[in-house]
Amino acid sequence: MTETRRRGQDSRWTRPRVALMILGIALGLLTIFPLAWMVGGSFKTAAEVNSASLLPAHPTLDNYRYVFTQVPFLRYMLNSFIVSATVTVLALWFHSMAAYALARLQFKGRDTIFLLIFSTLLVSLPVILIPTFVVVRSLGLVDSYAGLIVPAVFNAFGIFLLRQFYVSLPAELEEAALVDGAGYWRIYRSVILPLSRPILSALAVFFFLANWNSFVWPLTITSDPDLRVVQLGIATFQQQYAGDWNYVLAAATVAALPTLLIFFFFQRQIVESIKNAGFK
Amino acid sequence: MTAVTVSRTAGRARVGAGSPTGSSTGKAAQERRRRRAAFWFLLPDSLGLLVFVVVPMILAVVLGFFRMDGFGSFQFIGLGNYTRMAGDPQFWSSVRITLLYLVGVVPAIFVVGLALALLVQQRIPFVGAIRSALFVPYVISLVVVAMVWEFMLSERTGVVSRLLGAVGMDDLAFLGEPSLALGTVVVITVWFQMGYYMVIFLAGLQDIPGEYYEAARIDGANAWQRFRTITLPLLRPTSFFVVITATVSVITGGLDLVFVLTGGGPAGSTTLLIFYVYEQAFLFGELGYAAAIGSVLVVVMLAWSALMFAVTRGGRFDND
Repeated sequence: MTETRRRGQDSRWTRPRVALMILGIALGLLTIFPLAWMVGGSFKTAAEVNSASLLPAHPTLDNYRYVFTQVPFLRYMLNSFIVSATVTVLALWFHSMAAYALARLQFKGRDTIFLLIFSTLLVSLPVILIPTFVVVRSLGLVDSYAGLIVPAVFNAFGIFLLRQFYVSLPAELEEAALVDGAGYWRIYRSVILPLSRPILSALAVFFFLANWNSFVWPLTITSDPDLRVVQLGIATFQQQYAGDWNYVLAAATVAALPTLLIFFFFQRQIVESIKNAGFK
Repeated sequence: MTAVTVSRTAGRARVGAGSPTGSSTGKAAQERRRRRAAFWFLLPDSLGLLVFVVVPMILAVVLGFFRMDGFGSFQFIGLGNYTRMAGDPQFWSSVRITLLYLVGVVPAIFVVGLALALLVQQRIPFVGAIRSALFVPYVISLVVVAMVWEFMLSERTGVVSRLLGAVGMDDLAFLGEPSLALGTVVVITVWFQMGYYMVIFLAGLQDIPGEYYEAARIDGANAWQRFRTITLPLLRPTSFFVVITATVSVITGGLDLVFVLTGGGPAGSTTLLIFYVYEQAFLFGELGYAAAIGSVLVVVMLAWSALMFAVTRGGRFDND
């Protein structure tokens, strides 16, 4: 009796499913192996770093101590945080405003504006790197936080996703507020924004990650070491300490740790924003 | 519940307000108010997109007609950069390498992403942890990805080299041998992107109604037949989206990875088009020539956008 009940509850544990589980676990371990190898190596001594064992025989924190004392790593991380957080906040604010107008306000020329914005959807920063550099240089923003932040804010992607979401909201939402004499700004603030909290938080995680991981634009637009973001910091560090893998791996682990933590805590939001990006 | 009731009465109230007297002026005023609001709501993003996307797009084409160095001196040379491009073997080599990279990554990522989605769609034990593990490389920066793989692929001392030795195979210079380097970059690209496409395929699979499978099972269709006749056809919008996105990310991405991992080498064998643009601009100071090459990419991307807009009727990837 209890035997059948347990099997009924745990219908996952059938033989084909266990076989698939073993396959899945094997593939999962294979996938995270490079990252485990990186973290393991970062705790090894210089003599041991090329050993064939995943776990260090003599775990040490010296590599981390070295990284943080030899280069201003905290400064790099702070720069990355300032840039990523500012870009995320500005982008979500501006994109939700634009998306609200494109989705909920009837006005002449709306479809044309949307089409224009849509046409830039695939023109990402790497494609127009050189002319964007020329524009930012003529605005005098080379080697400044503004140069790191402002060009990264604007892309059609966020507008597009938020517009899709706002279009799907029921039309009655604003009508009551409009009859009450509320202005569009107040409707945006007190009706639309609260409703968009889930999609905004999903996009926030996504934008923050993308900017934390960004490398080529900071490389192009800054040369001042004080403005170095973390990706640039570890790339420069690797050039200086080529071959000292124990230090390089510690630096890489520190740079990856915030993204891993974000993934750990916000996995649902990340997955949601990818699903939304499936243009549904 | 109350919100619905309120809005219903509100709707009636508005119909009442739209009575013949004064409706035209009221409507016009409302129209003006809406236009003004739309203007301000759209202003920040429109201005930003104009300055940092549209102007650079136009500039990409305009700069292409100039010889321009890193210090800001201009000289109009007409189609000079474009004729130079046509006769530049390194340009054509970078086009060829980009196409090879495309042919290597897109089908692989499609098959791997779909296969993983089919696996983690099953109700198997620990499926949440398995999904997370398969996805996690996607959140790591390409700089870190490049470092980790460079470390693992080090000749003689790297873990891959040791594994090859353990099974009695010769050591291979995965990143040092021109014939192997691009393949290595393809594998690494698939490794860090597969989780993303797995999630997209998973969303597509979950949209397929379970009754279809039930009906097919009753009709005696086996797993492969069900996959062929239900899953694949109903997954067409998702598949289309995956192919478009993967193509774009292959053409424009890869810059960070190649930059740190191979620097375009060995012997230029991983110099993707987008890396060649960067190299011309910031290593050789040929901003005008780089812009001309970049403008080709801009045109390709605009064409892709237009195709996508046309086929999906404004970005809707659903079945109907």
